[in-house]
Amino acid sequence: MEANTVISIRGLKKAFGNLQVLKGVDLDVYHGENLVVLGRSGSGKSVLIKIIAGLLTPDAGSVSVLGRDITRLDTKELQTLRTRIGFSFQNSALYDGMNVRANLEFPLVRNKRHLSHSQIDAAIAKVLDDVGLSQTLYQMPSELSGGQRKRIGIARTLILQPEIMLYDEPTAGLDPVTSVEINDLINEVQERYHTSSVIITHDLTCAKATGDRLVMLSEGQFLRQGSFEEVFDTDDPRVKNFYNYNFIAGS
Amino acid sequence: MNFGRFFLRVYAIWQFIRRFFREVFLPPYEYKEIINQFFQVGIRSLSIITLTGFITGVVFTKQSRSSLSEFGAASWLPSLIAIALIRALAPLVTALIIAGKVGSNIGAELGSMKVTEQIDAMEVSSTNPFKFLVASRILATTAIVPVLAIYMGFVGLMGAYLNVHHNEQTSFTSFFQSAFMKITFLDVWVLLLKSAVYGFTIGVAGCFNGYNADQGTVGVGRAANTAVVVSMFLIFIEEMIIVQLVNYFKHGG
Repeated sequence: MEANTVISIRGLKKAFGNLQVLKGVDLDVYHGENLVVLGRSGSGKSVLIKIIAGLLTPDAGSVSVLGRDITRLDTKELQTLRTRIGFSFQNSALYDGMNVRANLEFPLVRNKRHLSHSQIDAAIAKVLDDVGLSQTLYQMPSELSGGQRKRIGIARTLILQPEIMLYDEPTAGLDPVTSVEINDLINEVQERYHTSSVIITHDLTCAKATGDRLVMLSEGQFLRQGSFEEVFDTDDPRVKNFYNYNFIAGS
Repeated sequence: MNFGRFFLRVYAIWQFIRRFFREVFLPPYEYKEIINQFFQVGIRSLSIITLTGFITGVVFTKQSRSSLSEFGAASWLPSLIAIALIRALAPLVTALIIAGKVGSNIGAELGSMKVTEQIDAMEVSSTNPFKFLVASRILATTAIVPVLAIYMGFVGLMGAYLNVHHNEQTSFTSFFQSAFMKITFLDVWVLLLKSAVYGFTIGVAGCFNGYNADQGTVGVGRAANTAVVVSMFLIFIEEMIIVQLVNYFKHGG
């Protein structure tokens, strides 16, 4: 693992029953970069970041995150490592029974027990300000729009000041204007928090706006990687089709 | 469900219970959530337990009076009601009500959290969701059902007293003296013990089905439904076993 590599994956395999979702994936994520993993629905993108976050166990291969092989960590070590990783879920996964403040407070009071009330208040105010939703402090998740829920979901991960951000379909289900706002927010997070990010998406606009480097996943294997232009400068019909269908859907 | 899947499920439940006992005694303790669950299970069930207990006492008294009167034994009413309530009705009816009200709620709540990835979100924010969500709920149902059963027994006796007082002009003191004449400490201990077993069953059934829900909203509905059906079924089985065991120890077989 190179010095500036924050995530290193080798020979990763994962199957659900007879369905082989990942078929020996190799991937490096470098410090400070936004890496976009592109692919159609069912290509194994979400499975990939759930394995990186330790939510799923791989069948074979190694996954090293911030220098620790997550497949060999015990529960306590994994919990400690997770405080350095932020995960933004596709449907935000805000806790329905808690208001915005309680959602943001939840990871903080459990992982930084030494903080005073005023420090907690300050941390909550800062992340809410960073995602531009200071006015929603006492609103319930059900009172928020889809875009606001995404932002609060991101704020909840930022409150622990993670070194790595994992975004699962950050623009899924959002209108084009809100999608652009979320793309901008992802870039702002990278700048302000100096995070390295893995962004899982099938949205080419999101990929182009946020990705420093792209890899394309198809049928459990990486097809191509490079800049946006490099990835799509090919005659491979799988890549061409993905680009064309995305373009048609987007237009 | 074939036998293979049935035994796999039984094994999964066994592992779930083992995990509960492993995690419930280990720090950090989720005090706030445990107290919150005590409130959710206990205080929010008080009104329905009060109503049901009172009606049970009144109806059981009214139904029993005619039979006892035929043998000139109407004066045994307080004892009969007390025995029926403390030994069987209060713990059983309380557990069935809590299974319907709280068990389904736990199944649906955890199921919904599972399918909307809220449990995963807890896990990636370095919180142990099992300890926070499951251990606190099972603890709450195990501790609160005995308290509610005692309360229902008392309310049921109050209902019975009002009916007896109305019909036979029995005083409060003589009613309760007569009622408790046949009740032993063993009866009260057994009530507490079996209510705790029922509460544990309700908590495990609700949490297991909710925590392992899948297939979206259909899975949430199924989790809530299964939690109620399984816990009610098990409560009756447990009642039968406990009665046999108590009789065995009391009378030597």
